[in-house]
Amino acid sequence: MGDLIGKSVKRVEDYRLLKGEGKYTDDFNMANQTFAVYVRSPHAHAKLVNVDISAAKAMDGVVNVFTGKDIKDAGIVGSICGWQVDFKNGDTMKEPGHPILAVDKVRHVGDAVALVIAEDKGTARDAAGAVEVTYEVLDAIVDPKAAAQDGAPQIHDDVPNNTIFDWELGNKDETDKAFKNAHHITELSYHNQKLIPNAIEPRAALGHYDISDDKYTLYTTSQNPHLARLIIAAFVLSIPEHKLRVVAPDVGGGFGSKIFTYNDECGVLWASKQIGRPVKWTADRTEAFFTDCHGRDHVTDAKLALDADGNITGLRTKTYASLGAYLSNFSTCVPTYLHGTLMQGAYITPAVHVDVTAVVTNTVPVDALRGAGRPEATYCIERLIETAAREIGMDPAEFRLKNFIPPFDGVKQPGYQTQVALQYDSGNYEGTLKKVLKNAKYEKLKKERDAARADGKLMGIGFSTYVEACGLAPSALVGSLGCRIGLYDAASIRVHPTGKVTIFAGAHSHGQGHDTTFAQIVADEFGIGMDDVNVVHGDTDSVPFGYGTYGSRSISVCGNAIMKSVDKVKEKGARIAAHKLECSPEDLEFENGSWTVKGTEKSVGFGDVSLTAYVPHDYPENEEPGLDFTSFYDPANFVFPFGAHICVVEVDKDTGEVKVVKYFTVDDAGNVINPMIVEGQIHGGLAHGIGQALYEGAVYDDSGQLLNGSMLEYCIPRADNMPLFETDSTVTPCPHNPLGVKGIAEAGTIGSTPAVVNAVIDALSDYGVKDLQMPLAPQRVWAAMQQAK
Amino acid sequence: MIPVSFDYKRANSVSDAISLLQQHGENAKILAGGHSLVPTMKLRLATPETLIDIGGIMELKYIEDKGDYLAIGSGTTHCMVESSDLIQQKAPGLSQAAAQIGDVQVRNRGTIGGVLAHSDPQADYPGVVLALDATIVAQGSGGERTIAASDYFTGLWETALTEGEILTEIRIPTDSANANSCYLKFPQPASRYPYVGCAVAMSASGGSCSDVRVGLSGVGEFAFRDSGVEDSIRGQTLNESSIASASAKAAQGRSVLSDVFVSEEYRRAMAQVYTKRALTQLS
Ligand SMILES: Cc1cc2nc3c(=O)[nH]c(=O)nc-3n(C[C@H](O)[C@H](O)[C@H](O)COP(=O)(O)OP(=O)(O)OC[C@H]3O[C@@H](n4cnc5c(N)ncnc54)[C@H](O)[C@@H]3O)c2cc1C
Repeated sequence: MGDLIGKSVKRVEDYRLLKGEGKYTDDFNMANQTFAVYVRSPHAHAKLVNVDISAAKAMDGVVNVFTGKDIKDAGIVGSICGWQVDFKNGDTMKEPGHPILAVDKVRHVGDAVALVIAEDKGTARDAAGAVEVTYEVLDAIVDPKAAAQDGAPQIHDDVPNNTIFDWELGNKDETDKAFKNAHHITELSYHNQKLIPNAIEPRAALGHYDISDDKYTLYTTSQNPHLARLIIAAFVLSIPEHKLRVVAPDVGGGFGSKIFTYNDECGVLWASKQIGRPVKWTADRTEAFFTDCHGRDHVTDAKLALDADGNITGLRTKTYASLGAYLSNFSTCVPTYLHGTLMQGAYITPAVHVDVTAVVTNTVPVDALRGAGRPEATYCIERLIETAAREIGMDPAEFRLKNFIPPFDGVKQPGYQTQVALQYDSGNYEGTLKKVLKNAKYEKLKKERDAARADGKLMGIGFSTYVEACGLAPSALVGSLGCRIGLYDAASIRVHPTGKVTIFAGAHSHGQGHDTTFAQIVADEFGIGMDDVNVVHGDTDSVPFGYGTYGSRSISVCGNAIMKSVDKVKEKGARIAAHKLECSPEDLEFENGSWTVKGTEKSVGFGDVSLTAYVPHDYPENEEPGLDFTSFYDPANFVFPFGAHICVVEVDKDTGEVKVVKYFTVDDAGNVINPMIVEGQIHGGLAHGIGQALYEGAVYDDSGQLLNGSMLEYCIPRADNMPLFETDSTVTPCPHNPLGVKGIAEAGTIGSTPAVVNAVIDALSDYGVKDLQMPLAPQRVWAAMQQAK
Repeated sequence: MIPVSFDYKRANSVSDAISLLQQHGENAKILAGGHSLVPTMKLRLATPETLIDIGGIMELKYIEDKGDYLAIGSGTTHCMVESSDLIQQKAPGLSQAAAQIGDVQVRNRGTIGGVLAHSDPQADYPGVVLALDATIVAQGSGGERTIAASDYFTGLWETALTEGEILTEIRIPTDSANANSCYLKFPQPASRYPYVGCAVAMSASGGSCSDVRVGLSGVGEFAFRDSGVEDSIRGQTLNESSIASASAKAAQGRSVLSDVFVSEEYRRAMAQVYTKRALTQLS
């Protein structure tokens, strides 16, 4: 290995992106292009009585207007759900359809009812206003728990009690027993609120059907263009897969919301064939609020059982999870396999039982959003742990250290088998907690807190020690759990005749810095410069395949696919070098970009070997020319990063405002390719998690109107809401992948939310406040203090 | 986010703007910085047929010391107000308010006249011009008239300006109270418009309050002078208890805005907290 892996190499993509030279979907234009606007429902639940498009269609500059009936008549059903989770009793999951344009009913504000296409954007927007839709408004339901009760308004005819499935995991009998014998039980009931992703770039699509070669092209804002191609070709529009090219150029943030193949983008592509011209659609911010998949929305009752010595003996949860009005692609796996399977946390809890009822509500569909399921699990566990410690009068750090799973590296000690299906790969939970305690000077911090309190100020300290599962995922395993796709990844390495390299990566980069880290790996391994390597991603016509970027999987899955191709290049390179050096490949060692005959000075460089591979005049017998390999890497297990966070807050006694004044993290993501990029990912994740704790959350009224569907009301945290983060790490390599890497993109979000809430509860302990519902907006905190007075 | 199509006229002078307004009637709207009007047009909540842009009229952009008062042209941007030495000396509360509006981009375009004409219940300046006892100057086809700030705000989004009138100048008395003024703001976390904005101008001598004016932004349907607070503290020795009992009167007897995000009770309580903080700061 060279000296690039593990270095904070500056991001090579930033020069372009920071100068505004990124090229996003909306920046692409085609000759003869038209513009689309969707007409959307202002009602959360209504019968669609009539859609009158005559006035709109007659307007100057309007090319065509489509309704749900047009699309239904074309035999198109709409996007699909990619993960089947059946009922406890074995009944098949309910799977109500999601038409591209509503046919007989609308089910959330923002549901599309017509598609208007015009010569320019303004005309399309005007004509959308001229589409006359007659609705018969129905009662709506937005609360996940209420939705499952008898008598709640039924959203889909074929989904009684709005229940998509019920599901459980863990050992119910053992857990019941633990609670029966418990010395102390800690209980919490809360709403893990609905979050709105708000990527800076709204979703967009430019679809084109070219009759001359019978081929479709879709430029779109996607985290995973190959999956989009698969879903659109095989399920939504029935296009032969080789006749569809999907391009995801620069993408301005995803956080999960651009994993999914939305109906809107499919509609654009379909319409381009109908009108015989390219169609462009770009969502506006309002559409982003009302149509990008939201996250979370769990209503949970949780309990933790303890024995007399402060050992955790059982954990039980019951969750009602809203999937929104329709099943988005991976909506069903979030509250189940990405949530229930994490309920062991970092603790030796001997009995765990998780029960989930997944429902539809008259709200924007819910799917994976930064962390997806794991933040909900971590919030549950870490709030319970801290509350329990407080209740039994034990220091929260001490309580954790007492109950942690002991360190295991997955090599000398086996992986840790949880009560909830997963086997953790490697972990050293006490290692991260001890380090963060030291970094935060915990004993001194406690004294400061007590002094501040004596001075009439409210200061609080909160912890979170998370474990998460990412690097999705072993295909056979997820297949056995109902996943309808594989979750491996692919990468090609093409060494050019001059020894320069192009990586074709299945994982799409939209902020993660793949152009840098992937190049670092390859440059390091081949002993060549960063400038000698280029990364290509996002185009299904050039990249072999890939399942995309989400679930902190790029390095641990795609990165290891790259490593497999690296190894293949090196093996073949050695055979060519051996031929040139007249020895056998076993006599060679590869270092600093050259193959050297062991114990001699005789060597041949990477560039020489590359040239020989493409100009094979003096060449090994039976060896194919060229130096170009594709590999698919299907991981053996998830990877399990972990860490310990300490949050310090101050609460304004008069106003209830919470300020995060200090934040310490020690994360362990295994081996690290680029520490600077890792730190950046942690910062972004923390902002997201702190945002959920203090600022964010969709608010619906009973009629299903989203009351904070704009930046005026929906609070996204800003830089001045954040303290200076003090980050640090430990390294416990992943034992089952060649790079020894885990994942870090979601860890900040997963870990931070409960740490912040725990800190605020600590600050309010003199008021006897035990729990508060997120977000901890000033009024809510103030009201809790008033009530206690 | 595309507005309905509209006509655009650029006015070269105030009189030009007034005659354009006359010409185009009630379907025309003045465009100043555009930072309130354009967002509402993009959401299609406002659909003017004609925009009369006064943003380029240089004769509306000035800050001048007229002896008894400071004269501020209605086209003066928040940024100019924020950074003016004159205003910082003679009416620091106004520059403090300007500095807390939106972000740099907003402050570079938004104008003081635009804010006052728009009369958003959540805007910062209205409470400040009340506390500073300002006078608003308006010009229409019938000529110029002056309106006391206390008569200017008349309702939710409503002012004493009549159709066809343009707000041209704001006059801030250069009295000792205004030289000792401040503005404190409790921002709504998302929009950062004020939940509560409290402006106080106070003259004090020998530790007691000889005169005081208190204006509250963001609290009611429109900004108001809070005479309850003023009467309670005027003439009193300034100390913790007099300030506490005066600020406890904040927004008393006033109807107060509320929604699902902020209750009436909370907004009232915050009006008291911020009044207390402002009075304390000036004492
Ligand atoms: C992101 C953002 C954040 C903001 N944050 C804040 C904040 O924290 N606090 C705050 O107070 N404001 C805030 N604003 C509003 C900002 O201060 C606006 O600039 C201001 O409200 C309007 O001024 P303008 O010059 O932009 O007026 P415009 O938007 O051009 O006009 C507003 C209205 O006033 C009328 N008008 C304008 N000038 C005159 C005139 N001279 N005579 C008669 N009528 C006139 C127009 O016809 C229109 O109806 C924010 C705006 C944005 C976009």
